[in-house]
Amino acid sequence: MTCPPVIRLEALDKVYQTGEVAVHAVRGVALTVEKGEFAAVMGPSGSGKSTLMNLIGCLDRPTGGRYWLDGEEVGALTKSELSRVRNQRLGFVFQGFNLLARTSALENVELPLLYSPHGHRARELRRRSREALERVGLADRAGHQPSQLSGGQQQRVAIARALVNEPALLLADEPTGNLDTRTSIEIMAIFQELNRKGMTILMVTHEPDIARYCRREIVMRDGRIVTDRPVADRLEAADELAKWRGTAMEERA
Amino acid sequence: MKFTATWTIALRALRRNPMRTGLTMLGIIIGVAAVIAMVAIGTGAKAEVAASIEQMGQNMVMVISRAARSGRVHLGGDSGVALTKQDYDAIRQEVAGLAGATPEVRASAQVAAGNQNVNTTIYGVSEEYPAVRAWRLERGSHFTETDIRGAAKVAVLGQSVATNLFGGGNPVGQMIRIQHAPYEVIGVLRAKGANMMGRDQDDLVLVPWTSAMVRLTGETSFRSISVQAESAERIPEVVEQITTLLRQRHRIPEGREDDFLIRNMQDMLEMATSTAQTMTILLGAIAGVSLLVGGIGIMNIMLVSVTERTREIGVRMAVGARSADILLQFLVEAVVLSVGGGLFGIGLGYGTAHLVSAKFGWNTLVSLDSVALAFLFSAVIGIFFGFYPARKAAGLDPIEALRYE
Repeated sequence: MTCPPVIRLEALDKVYQTGEVAVHAVRGVALTVEKGEFAAVMGPSGSGKSTLMNLIGCLDRPTGGRYWLDGEEVGALTKSELSRVRNQRLGFVFQGFNLLARTSALENVELPLLYSPHGHRARELRRRSREALERVGLADRAGHQPSQLSGGQQQRVAIARALVNEPALLLADEPTGNLDTRTSIEIMAIFQELNRKGMTILMVTHEPDIARYCRREIVMRDGRIVTDRPVADRLEAADELAKWRGTAMEERA
Repeated sequence: MKFTATWTIALRALRRNPMRTGLTMLGIIIGVAAVIAMVAIGTGAKAEVAASIEQMGQNMVMVISRAARSGRVHLGGDSGVALTKQDYDAIRQEVAGLAGATPEVRASAQVAAGNQNVNTTIYGVSEEYPAVRAWRLERGSHFTETDIRGAAKVAVLGQSVATNLFGGGNPVGQMIRIQHAPYEVIGVLRAKGANMMGRDQDDLVLVPWTSAMVRLTGETSFRSISVQAESAERIPEVVEQITTLLRQRHRIPEGREDDFLIRNMQDMLEMATSTAQTMTILLGAIAGVSLLVGGIGIMNIMLVSVTERTREIGVRMAVGARSADILLQFLVEAVVLSVGGGLFGIGLGYGTAHLVSAKFGWNTLVSLDSVALAFLFSAVIGIFFGFYPARKAAGLDPIEALRYE
């Protein structure tokens, strides 16, 4: 039995009605993302990539077309069913990290588990969020609050939070937008590592350098996909980090 | 989502901002404490008034002569006829439903025993006085019908007089002199303490009314006659009978006012307690307003916090919170604030009531009713004032909320 694609979109439409004017944000998008892919969605602002991400992220419902997530059609689900899908099958990473302030890393990571329909025991919550923090290399920062962490560390906490419910798809919206180059590469290293272990990742970015760490590049313009191709000159984050370390040594020398 | 998860979420959210949580609670704490303390003061006052009236005798009806009201000076023909011995006998014989009766004559006199002497009030009363006035003896016995008939020179002392004359010793069997006439002390009344006006009720000597009239006052009429009805239900009937009887005996024509007053302890009790009740309600209502203000404070803070926490709500929705979860979270937060505040407020109100008792000597009574009411009210306030902000939070669009700056 073959796995169903993680994302399958057919003629997906999204029209916003703003007063008299109808804004056609997404026009008949067809897209398939298989399990284990790592795709970057690019495009200028207003190209519809954010709207597409919201639709794929089940934060919004399409006005036309069909959407299967991990084999289940989700285009027509109710609001609360969509919440369930977000909780169980999707992990979100945002540009601004969006961690709860004055809340420890561990409790931030626990958040999706608290909204899980399974109702975990307190000890189970602790164990799973600690595991998720270990996966992003932050086990030793579990008790720290976001204000005590660097930007890169905060984003790693956010990634741990996205992973804690074992989602089918990780959605990242400009995850490196607020980070310096070096830290950006560190985040991409985490994504590449997750992807290597089988995680499907869809990432919006406007930085071509960052898109080069992905395997597939999707470019949008005016609500349509205009380019969809594998990344030719792919970068390995580990190699890039090694180079950084080299440069730093040279500078010191 | 499970029930415990909602609690965890809401409590963590409150813990994140202890200052705000505390200040919001403060409104409810003060409101509930005020309600409890005020109602305690009102209820205490009511209980005190009721107790002091009940002390005067259960089911007691007092007939007071208008003639005697002006003291020893008779006011002339129109002022009415005094209450006579014949009136007293007639009441005892003809009025149905009486458990006891006693006339009362009063005289101020000097009382001496050995080398001690005091000025006090002598009350001439009947053998049924202790029963009618619900005033039991501490030691010895009260005088009998025989003593009344014989105008015996026997006396029952009030506590203050007993102490002043005999110190700690037992006065029963001792002799005292009232206006130089020797009387034998046969009993001592129990201490009653000060009355509502602060007068020492134990500063008196009881003697048979016959003795008092003959030897002390020289009068032929009574100041008042107190009777005890068999039960509270029979009081109106007793009052009715006495009125008819006395009007008849005093030959008061139809349409003229009574020349006597009838005071009914039950009425007095009701009047006094209803005044105290009104005061309690007034105090409670004022305190209730502050509780309401506390509730509005909760709504205010919750509304501000919905705006302030828009992004947080967006994140919660993105990771899988349903609208219902958000609604419940904000509602639980509001209820925790109000019920938590309510609990602290009950403690503070209790403490305040105690402090008022200790500092000002006021009688206060924290009634379980007021505690339950204040607590329930604070919970209702939480739900009521928490609902609107909670619904506002739950109605947010996740995309908008996530983008909110």
